[in-house]
Amino acid sequence: MSDMKELLRMLGELDDQLVSCMRCGMCQAVCPIYGQTGRETDVARGKIALLEGLAHEMVKDPAGVQDKVTRCLLCGSCQANCPSGVKGLDIFLKARAILTAYMGLPTVKKLIFRGMLTKPGLFNNLLSFASKFQGLFTTPANDIIGSSCSKFLEPVLGDRHLMLLAKTPLHKDVPSLDTPAGKSGLKVAFFPGCLADKIFPRVGHAVLKVLNHHGVGVFMPAGQACCGIPALSSGDKESYDKLVRANLAVFAKGKFDALLTPCATCTSTMKKIWPTMAQGMSPAEQEAVRELSAKVMDVNAFVIDKLGLTPPKANDDAIAVTVHDPCHLKKSLGVSAQPRAVLSLNPRYKVAEMAASDACCGCGGSFTLTHADMSARIGQQKRDNIKNTGAQVVAMGCPACMLQISDMLSRNGDRVSVKHPMEIYAEGL
Amino acid sequence: MNDALRKDFEALVGKENVMESESDRFSYAYDAAVLDPVLPSLVVRPETREALGKVVKLCNDNGLPITVRGSGTNLSGGTIPSKGGVVILTNALNKILEINEADLYAVVEPGVITAKFAAEVAARGLFYPPDPGSQAVSTLGGNVAENAGGLRGLKYGVTKDYVMGVDFFDVDGEIVKSGSRTVKCVTGLNLAGLMVGSEGTLGVFEKITLKLTPPPLAAKAMMAIFDDVAKASETVAAIIAAKIVPATLEFMDNFTIRTVEDFAKAGLPVDAQALLLIEVDGHPGQVADEAEKVEAICKQQGALRIQVAKDAAERNKVWEARRAALSALARVSPTTVLEDATVPRSKIPAMMHALGGIASKYKLTIGTFGHAGDGNLHPTILTDRRNKEEWHRVEAAIDDIFDVALSLGGTLSGEHGIGMAKSKYMEKETSRATILYSRRLKKALDPKGILNPGKIIGE
Repeated sequence: MSDMKELLRMLGELDDQLVSCMRCGMCQAVCPIYGQTGRETDVARGKIALLEGLAHEMVKDPAGVQDKVTRCLLCGSCQANCPSGVKGLDIFLKARAILTAYMGLPTVKKLIFRGMLTKPGLFNNLLSFASKFQGLFTTPANDIIGSSCSKFLEPVLGDRHLMLLAKTPLHKDVPSLDTPAGKSGLKVAFFPGCLADKIFPRVGHAVLKVLNHHGVGVFMPAGQACCGIPALSSGDKESYDKLVRANLAVFAKGKFDALLTPCATCTSTMKKIWPTMAQGMSPAEQEAVRELSAKVMDVNAFVIDKLGLTPPKANDDAIAVTVHDPCHLKKSLGVSAQPRAVLSLNPRYKVAEMAASDACCGCGGSFTLTHADMSARIGQQKRDNIKNTGAQVVAMGCPACMLQISDMLSRNGDRVSVKHPMEIYAEGL
Repeated sequence: MNDALRKDFEALVGKENVMESESDRFSYAYDAAVLDPVLPSLVVRPETREALGKVVKLCNDNGLPITVRGSGTNLSGGTIPSKGGVVILTNALNKILEINEADLYAVVEPGVITAKFAAEVAARGLFYPPDPGSQAVSTLGGNVAENAGGLRGLKYGVTKDYVMGVDFFDVDGEIVKSGSRTVKCVTGLNLAGLMVGSEGTLGVFEKITLKLTPPPLAAKAMMAIFDDVAKASETVAAIIAAKIVPATLEFMDNFTIRTVEDFAKAGLPVDAQALLLIEVDGHPGQVADEAEKVEAICKQQGALRIQVAKDAAERNKVWEARRAALSALARVSPTTVLEDATVPRSKIPAMMHALGGIASKYKLTIGTFGHAGDGNLHPTILTDRRNKEEWHRVEAAIDDIFDVALSLGGTLSGEHGIGMAKSKYMEKETSRATILYSRRLKKALDPKGILNPGKIIGE
């Protein structure tokens, strides 16, 4: 699509959602980016006004609007705080797809999404190849966090402190699983997600250990694809649809009570975004999406709500762990008590709350690459809040937040380890 | 705008604080009023008060209209740059310059967020009472320019009751000082009073001195349920007649009750015709005594049921319903027109009756809630501005609402301001002489007519 008429028609379909914004501006109180810049185009009200302006031909610069609309972490803070219930995330994802269809996808992203991400086998092989050589270009930065930095990659990655690809990704150690329900009587499907597979396989192993310990059967098929959010947030609906279909196909082969992921972003994508973005699919596919989405559950919520575990009393010499609430867990899914309960299942730990635990860490997926300075400024506030608790460990149910927070702590030379709540529970088993 | 002039602005505030792209300008073309957007030519965001003054002078030297904008939450179009020109953002001027605990005042820059200020004051054990609905994002400069109200108006008054002084720039960028840090001050004309509610038409605020008070030590909230609007409003009158002034005395009509219940499931009685939400505060002994009396008065006046909050959690539950009112109404339809015509509190039954008539005459949905204690109701029209035919009926209904409010001895606006939306009704409430006097005043202070032109008094 490159003609303006088609762009206007597609934006017109968003009109019913756009018009529900009454311009009250309450989103200014919670938007992490607006908090940094004080600019109206950075907050949901400004972005919605621009999209409406474009749709009604009051604004004639789609490139300018696209530039503004993508300066967004997709954290959902605006949506969670909106008095009139405007579905900001939904609007911005659809708008990105519409604007990208009009403007075209940049070549680099085309290469990444269409050439690699949508081909899970190739994606795995390429990264496994890369993991063997990454040591040549990087030097260790912080042994507690396990981060590295790279002079060689500085032009692309800036001064960030990276978490390297794991030597052995989860899918190499555990290619697939199909075990029956044990004493719990429950069987789940397990979707580790890209980051828990390739960078934090220790999180995937921890989940499997916990499930095994409680007699939960696991269906973990080979050939799982990315949940699709990186492609969708770049407006590449075509690649996104391919990824959703690939996942529908592999999970159709199993029978299970719930589909668990240890990643807040994957969970909220599969549970909230898949159904709202399924309009282009066949009725049968839409039904399959609805059925699978309904079963998706955060792994912390499963352990507490479905296994019904209750935390013991913490030891007197318990280690303080502070908890970060990932946006896609608390604001999108309303899950915030369960991760705290999960880590309290290990009596060697006790929770020490930080200020503004539900403030965004500033990652926002590729936002951290495209808007590195802003992302780091938002991340620094999170780091300061973590540091102020004096806790030795920070826990969070989202590997994407783990990446960002590891980077921020490591850059500051802090000796605070970054863990998933399931790792902490699994340690004690 | 031509390159040379833009560069002059860049020299004053820095390149990064001057915005000229279409998408940037469009995002400062509107506020929270249901009005058409108008694009400014330029948007500037001074980071120092000194730069703010220079920007004002540069605008005046070049005859450029100025619209000063804090968080853009205005409900009457006061921050829409209706004549184009320059939008000046104050949100980078957000320092609390002083909180003086001995002399009970604070000095702030105009871009300080109301709720952040109130929290900072509370952390020092003091109290800043004005609490407009938008306080989580609104700026103190905007509050003063609009003379913002809030839920606590009945007992604690509104923003004007807390303004001790305003230092502001005249159109030449010179600082005019007014007011004082002392409780008493009769030095010179009351220019601070002139600035309050002037909606950016007479000067640009540089810093504001605000009065603080000790906080009440205790509070008690209750909900009274009525089968008749008249009974609820007679209860309001009876409470005041008993020499009790509650901190808040809020009202909800049946439509609002049903909508809130649908949305928030707060356990409200959906068949009730009216609800009063009442909170008394002060010394614990006085609170206990007044709460008892208020409860007795409600019973006497025929309340069907009274729920008194026993603890903080229950108190919170009472207010949860009120806080949900606008959200719940806003979700019913795409466009929400929130009016604030205000009548003497004894006229609330007549006003409610008239609103019912207007809703049926124009076949519109109107939910009404608001500050019963001070007669400041919020009839909220639920509509869709894309439906042209219905929108005409909405406009006619708004005309009628103002006519009724004025005929009952009320006023056009309790707390939202006149801006663009209500300037055409001004003469109905005041007089031709009032408009002309105001225009002469403005002409003398702002000969080129650059300060938020067209607002309040037209031109």
